[in-house]
Amino acid sequence: MATVSFKDATRVYPGADHPAVDKLNLEIGDGEFMVLVGPSGCGKSTSLRMLAGLEEVNAGSIYIGERNVTELPPKDRDIAMVFQNYALYPHMTVGDNMGFALKMAGVPKAERDTRVLEAAHLLGLESFLSRKPKALSGGQRQRVAMGRAIVRQPQVFLMDEPLSNLDAKLRVSTRTQIAALQTRLGVTTVYVTHDQVEAMTMGDRVAVMKDGILQQCDSPLTLYDKPENIFVAGFIGSPAMNLISGNINENGVVVGDWTVPVARDILAKAKAKGDDTITVGIRPEDFELSDHGIAVDVAVVEELGADAYTYGTLAGLSDDEKLSAPQIVARLSGRTPPERGTTVRFVAGEGHKLHVFSNKTGERLS
Amino acid sequence: MPRILSAKPDSRLIPLPWELPLTEWPTDYLVALPRGISRHVVRFIKVGNDVYAAKEVIEAAAVHEYRMLQELARENTPAVEPLAVITDRRGMGGQPLDPVLVTRHLDFSLPYRSLFSQSVRPDTVNRLLDAMVVLLARLHLIGFLWLDVSLSNILFRRDAGEFAAYLVDAETAELHDVLTRGQREHDLMIAVTNLFGEFSDLEAGQLLDESLDPLTLVDTISARYRDLWAELTGVEEFSGTELDRIESRVRRLNALGFDVAELDITTSPDGSTVRIQPKVVDAGHHTRRLMRLTGLDVEENQARRLLNDLDTFRFRTNQQQLDESLVAHQWLTQSFEPVVTAVPAHLRGKRDAAQIFHEVLDYRWYASQRENREVPMLDAADGYIRDVLEGLPDEAMNSRPLAEGSRQLANPFDPSQGFADEEGAMPDDPWEVDAAEVPEPTGMLDIAALRRAGG
Repeated sequence: MATVSFKDATRVYPGADHPAVDKLNLEIGDGEFMVLVGPSGCGKSTSLRMLAGLEEVNAGSIYIGERNVTELPPKDRDIAMVFQNYALYPHMTVGDNMGFALKMAGVPKAERDTRVLEAAHLLGLESFLSRKPKALSGGQRQRVAMGRAIVRQPQVFLMDEPLSNLDAKLRVSTRTQIAALQTRLGVTTVYVTHDQVEAMTMGDRVAVMKDGILQQCDSPLTLYDKPENIFVAGFIGSPAMNLISGNINENGVVVGDWTVPVARDILAKAKAKGDDTITVGIRPEDFELSDHGIAVDVAVVEELGADAYTYGTLAGLSDDEKLSAPQIVARLSGRTPPERGTTVRFVAGEGHKLHVFSNKTGERLS
Repeated sequence: MPRILSAKPDSRLIPLPWELPLTEWPTDYLVALPRGISRHVVRFIKVGNDVYAAKEVIEAAAVHEYRMLQELARENTPAVEPLAVITDRRGMGGQPLDPVLVTRHLDFSLPYRSLFSQSVRPDTVNRLLDAMVVLLARLHLIGFLWLDVSLSNILFRRDAGEFAAYLVDAETAELHDVLTRGQREHDLMIAVTNLFGEFSDLEAGQLLDESLDPLTLVDTISARYRDLWAELTGVEEFSGTELDRIESRVRRLNALGFDVAELDITTSPDGSTVRIQPKVVDAGHHTRRLMRLTGLDVEENQARRLLNDLDTFRFRTNQQQLDESLVAHQWLTQSFEPVVTAVPAHLRGKRDAAQIFHEVLDYRWYASQRENREVPMLDAADGYIRDVLEGLPDEAMNSRPLAEGSRQLANPFDPSQGFADEEGAMPDDPWEVDAAEVPEPTGMLDIAALRRAGG
């Protein structure tokens, strides 16, 4: 087991204008489950592959434990890429399917058997060890694939979008299993996904990247409750946070005929940065219906269990403007939802944070 | 209605029973051909007189693989030809079904599971591994990172005395401008691990020839690959007085079947040392030359053999002064075509034309040695057809019921399912019960659950 450190690690593809990964600094703790997340092209996969030795590090360095691995070939880094390729061999037992790479590496039989048994125990596969894999379900096959990586006892597990080729339901059950297993194993794990729901439900910490730059690295709840910039605020959360830009007045931000109250010290900070307009962020579940507040024309109402989601746009826009206007989403619980076609007013409920961001820098002000 | 994405639409695909999962297709539509193992449902399907391979896989993967195979075709790299992706499939009850990627079955191809089994010669094994290594190097030269190198994902074709390897599965693949050393080494590591697994599997099923040992088989792969890569791309430095080494390097690459499209030559300021490095090499040196001269499209070593025979023909007919393409036309009509047309139609499915010509050349050499005279080509062809070809199994389209060794497969259309006689009740699996209880995902983030879990 080991820590992983990226120190100003940079990857520039030949002929590219911008680095694919730009001075990444990230300390991953021993046994931590770190998820790298971001939209396509953000550098998350490149970062993982720099750690794996598949991408060159053009500047900076990468450490596994005390070892500088920046120049080491992949096979000498003591890492395991999980799920990369997991064909199961029909004539070999489940046990042999898990342990065959150890045999190739010359690990003695007794040691192999012990490691396979331990992995099978962790994976709930003990009673399958002497069976052939043909009747295994998709989920069980995934577990055998995990077993292959576990028996190698690497210092770090690397997973690059491991669930992307599974159907939606198997993806959810497998991610739960991976997270539980990682906790029990305590092996440092770096996991890459584009799916923020996956990232938030699996990681001890989540590193959000965009355009090759690390935006924020925090626990899932901190990312959710205190996003450090507009990008993270909009990326984390589903449905996404409502981000509404407006002019500053002395009491807050003007949104339509309403002023969203913003504390004076935050407004002062904005002015100090040169902002005339700022963006307020409100999570859908933080909205409450009220007789005052932000006016919204409700276009769609969707009832999901005990909750209702309303989708609309700021009131008073022309039909053309509505098409390009940002959607305002609210999750309302425990009351009769508004009807579509009506105009309602929302306020951020009591005890909920209002997120405020500078429009000049995108940074959090609140 | 299913949607068909295809660059070359084939209307015969439309009436197929896309509303059924591939596992439930009536056997009238299927062909049991030997093939490798796969993690998805794969079936060979009959479409008119053609056989296509159909693979059921989620949409993003199907479309990605279709595009990757198109790229390989554009780069002239040996791979199966992508035909279509069938999306928007719905079952009888309206439930969505995974899309299907359709590729053309490679004629005269031999999957490894049939090649390594019956009394295979060590020599043949070496040739198969060499073919695999050449394919991997060719893919790496064009920036193709495979990430799932395995024998199951390769088909072999006879290529004179050698084999030519074709890529069959590009699901995990990525195309880069240039691969890093780490990426190539990673692919190589995957190749070695997967091949060891595949050989061990054949061994466990008692399907591997007893003379072969999985560890010994994979032991040399890395060295073979690195040697070939060094020859294809390595820097060579020599004294300014040894300029013939430039020509030697090019000849060595030609002998390996590669053309040098760009050679980087730098000289030290005083001219005392020269440094050369091939920058662009293209496979198919002999294939291209034969194609240019005769229009024949054959494998690399077959082309080499045919070109050698063409040279002999030119010498024998004393036409060294005549334009090469004119002699090639004479050779084609007077030597190659008569041999090929001598093969009765019902035997033409046993080998492709160039392979038959190569084997006739071999047959003639042995016959001439034995009879101590130069046996005419057509006599040799007759003898070969009678003594050799008649007795060979049909390799164009092998439709014998699928079995591995003498044991019956659980599913004759899918070797991934193992043998038939290994059934038994599945043990209980609490993990599966838990997994079944996972609610259908909504795509929404359940932050309340996260807060509860986080305390």
